Amino acid sequence: MFPRTSGDEHKLFHTAALLSVRTWMMRNSSRFRDGQNRDGTVCMTNCPTLIVTVGLPARGKTYISKKLTRYLNWIGVPTKEFNVGQYRRECLKIYKSFEFFRPDNEEGLKIRKQCALAALNDVRQYLSVEGGQVAVFDATNTTRERRATIMRFAEQNGYKVFFVESVCEDPKVIAENIVQVKLGSPDYTDRNTEEAIQDFMKRIKCYENSYQPLDENLDRELSYIKIMNVGQRYLVNRVLDHIQSRIVYYLMNIHITPRSIYLCRHGESDLNVRGRIGGDSGLSPRGKEFAQYLGRFIQDQNIKDLKVWTSQMKRTIQTAEALGVPYEQWKALNEIDAGVCEEMMYEEIQEHYPLEFALRDQDKYRYRYPKGESYEDLVQRLEPVIMELERQENVLVICHQAVMRCLLAYFLDKSAEELPYLKCPLHTVLKLTPVAYGCKVESIYLNVEAVNTHRDKPENVDISRLPEEALLTVPAHY
Amino acid sequence: MPRELTQNRIQKIWIPSKDDKPSMPRTSRGGPHLANPPTVIVMVGLPARGKTYISRKLTRYLNWIGIPTKVFNVGEYRREAVKHYSSYDFFKSDNEDAVKIRQQCALAALRDVKTYLTEEEGQVAVFDATNTTRERRDMILDFGAENGFKIFFIESVCDDPNVIACNILEVKVSCPDYQDCNKTDAMEDFKKRIECYRMNYQPLDHDQYDRNLSFIKVIDVGRRFLVNRIQDHIQSRIVYYLMNIHVQPRSIYLCRHGESQHNLQGRLGGDSGLSTRGRKFAGALAKFVEEQNLKDLKVWTSQLRRSIQTAEALNVPYEQWKALNEIDAGVCEEMTYEEVRERFPEEFTLRDQDKYYYRYPSGESYQDLVQRVEPVIMELERQENVLVVCHQAVMRCLLAYFLDKSADEMPYLKCPLHTVLKLTPVAYGCKVESISLNVEAVNTHRDRPEEVKRGPSTLIRRNSVTPLTSPEPNKKPRIEGLDDPIIREVTPAQLTLCSTSHTTLSLSTQNLKKCSIECHEPPQLCL
Repeated sequence: MFPRTSGDEHKLFHTAALLSVRTWMMRNSSRFRDGQNRDGTVCMTNCPTLIVTVGLPARGKTYISKKLTRYLNWIGVPTKEFNVGQYRRECLKIYKSFEFFRPDNEEGLKIRKQCALAALNDVRQYLSVEGGQVAVFDATNTTRERRATIMRFAEQNGYKVFFVESVCEDPKVIAENIVQVKLGSPDYTDRNTEEAIQDFMKRIKCYENSYQPLDENLDRELSYIKIMNVGQRYLVNRVLDHIQSRIVYYLMNIHITPRSIYLCRHGESDLNVRGRIGGDSGLSPRGKEFAQYLGRFIQDQNIKDLKVWTSQMKRTIQTAEALGVPYEQWKALNEIDAGVCEEMMYEEIQEHYPLEFALRDQDKYRYRYPKGESYEDLVQRLEPVIMELERQENVLVICHQAVMRCLLAYFLDKSAEELPYLKCPLHTVLKLTPVAYGCKVESIYLNVEAVNTHRDKPENVDISRLPEEALLTVPAHY
Repeated sequence: MPRELTQNRIQKIWIPSKDDKPSMPRTSRGGPHLANPPTVIVMVGLPARGKTYISRKLTRYLNWIGIPTKVFNVGEYRREAVKHYSSYDFFKSDNEDAVKIRQQCALAALRDVKTYLTEEEGQVAVFDATNTTRERRDMILDFGAENGFKIFFIESVCDDPNVIACNILEVKVSCPDYQDCNKTDAMEDFKKRIECYRMNYQPLDHDQYDRNLSFIKVIDVGRRFLVNRIQDHIQSRIVYYLMNIHVQPRSIYLCRHGESQHNLQGRLGGDSGLSTRGRKFAGALAKFVEEQNLKDLKVWTSQLRRSIQTAEALNVPYEQWKALNEIDAGVCEEMTYEEVRERFPEEFTLRDQDKYYYRYPSGESYQDLVQRVEPVIMELERQENVLVVCHQAVMRCLLAYFLDKSADEMPYLKCPLHTVLKLTPVAYGCKVESISLNVEAVNTHRDRPEEVKRGPSTLIRRNSVTPLTSPEPNKKPRIEGLDDPIIREVTPAQLTLCSTSHTTLSLSTQNLKKCSIECHEPPQLCL
């Protein structure tokens, strides 16, 4: 709708109609697009990256691929994973047994190679045509030959290659992996557990003989990280650029120890009750009651070594105080800064800043309040919190609506479009427990009434809309 | 009943209070996710592998992000104990007397480590020595276990003769050990010194002997890393930092935006455009950058108009970082200092009392800035030639990192308009050149007021980001029995006597000579 010119950004600053373009331009000048010329073309130093997993089956390659993809997308790097096993399932329709994977099964080999090439083709489509920045090529890639093919492909297309190899010999870990993600695989829907495990172990054997791990000498020119025994040890070779450095840092911080993350907002605040956004008010009487209930809830959960984190705003700290346990304040968890709109009601925003109000509805993720922040800014601000959450085990995070939406979007892999509309009501705790490749969510409402602060996207987001149309979805308040 | 909350007047942090008196908050002991219990980082490697370089850089970084850290360089202790270094023979493994002295020095250094970590509120101590034998490392591990310290090893392995020769030239030949030698002799002697260690060198063995230790092996100046058993947040951060630093020669240029309209009016913050003189500066900056004739210069700005306008004049691609925005003055945004003094007299005074910790109401503090700007520092470490066009407070934060300035000094560092600071890493430090581009501008610097009463430090450090200058290393070996009665601070009775007579050592009977730690640190200009 708006023209996307690329020159003279500063002239756009106070041109109202182009405000959303301003934020767009700024978004695109992100760290990951360094070297972008002003006419918008991307210069060669910023080539797409192809991450290639390496490892025997049941070594966590898909787990890592999915988790890494989720993280990169959340921080704003368009990433997609390509699981060759999926392609094989499409091709074969019915999986009979491990025999398919025998190294002397020529028919099987042919099909598997075709699937890999088909996946690479889609990778090319994604990175060179659809504007993707990172593609994760998730397969065993256990032979030097296969890896050479991939590198030739990458070179032809101008992609950087980064290998992520997972090496693990702990039989307990492997058995657990099989139980968690293989038994439920489409390959084994009509087998019983015993049979499935037997078959899968034989499948692994098929790969073992021809497995050529990344070698310190032969592969010394390659960029890679070798993860050993689920993160006990890492070998990192030739990290080339920022994104690879971030990937390595992330991979070194994640773990698979069972634990739960509890997310909730502060108790209802005085400003909540009056329908006002932002500010630094204290808890309302109902908010204080919630804090008490939260304390009891935490006790009942009987969590081992729970860490409690709050923001530096009064309402979250008051909530945590009621728990009677040590807590840690993070400025990074503060609510989104509404700039000139701080402490206003939506009705007042509509009255004083109708244009801003409409622009926000048009692109709630990227929209930055004048002298304030956007959801996009929030994500950048929260990244260290996410990194530390990955390192930790049981944590309760007492934060705010916009902040909680950002964190939730990370754990539940929600897009930038969905993120600002995720439902995070007051007085409700979300318990997140990692399971298989994703996250189980339990929502626990602590039975203390509170106002609703969720504002849905109205139908009419045009700047010419009537006030009533803008205010249609404003939740009730006193 | 939950406790009442009051807001600390300087940091604007909510803390529980008992009867209107702020009490200690119930936060995790020792601050969040930091080095708790204390950590001893132990360097490992042959001479000239960059151990001291890494030790000092890492210490500077950790102090800047608020983790009290100190280096204990055993070589320094040795230089104090053995006044005059004669030759590499001192380091021969069959030189019994010397071996004893070297052992004493290591023990003395460890004693100081213990004092620092248990009595002086240090959180991380960097034990900088070769530590090339298992025996020595086992001794350190025992020391750690006895005292409840975590041990993290950083081993630097390098066999590239070019790198080693370069290191020797940069930091060894001008070291006090070689002050009466010419370069060639120094180089020769040092190489033989390395050989003395090489014979007994037992690198960390991740497969067997050392598989349960926490360490990072840095191979070939960062080409490859082996990371084993990271235990906690601080070790993870250290590893991340080490993987991002490099030793390629390069320069970092720091400057502020050109003079702005608000600057002319004496107003804080805001998002105004450049004044006429500011635009002139931008033009002068463009010329300056051209003349520098740099390979691949990256240009970074904040997301505020005045810095972007400045960069626009350079006619090269640039990258905008919100993290580089000026400090948020909250309710005081766009006011002049007079207006602030008039409308918020208390805030005005409080800020002068503790400018580093002071947070503007609904705004930020320098402490907040450091946390905000840390990813910029990390990326600056990864990059090569960069020009950062930013703002006064932000530039002070960045400068404090590069020049190892404390939280106390940071808010008063001089960063005038229309002046470019060129920082070039050299030896263990940073050379600074200050280049004024000869375009007039207002002065926006406010010195620390004389009459300011410095209140007691009741400030709570939360997610503490309190840059400290890397403390002066201890150098005294506290070895009794060496002929110097002048060593005043010897702690008696804990030290075994060292034999005094031998032919290969020459001990001076002169007064203690101050040994400068910076073997080769060029003078810092300005500021």
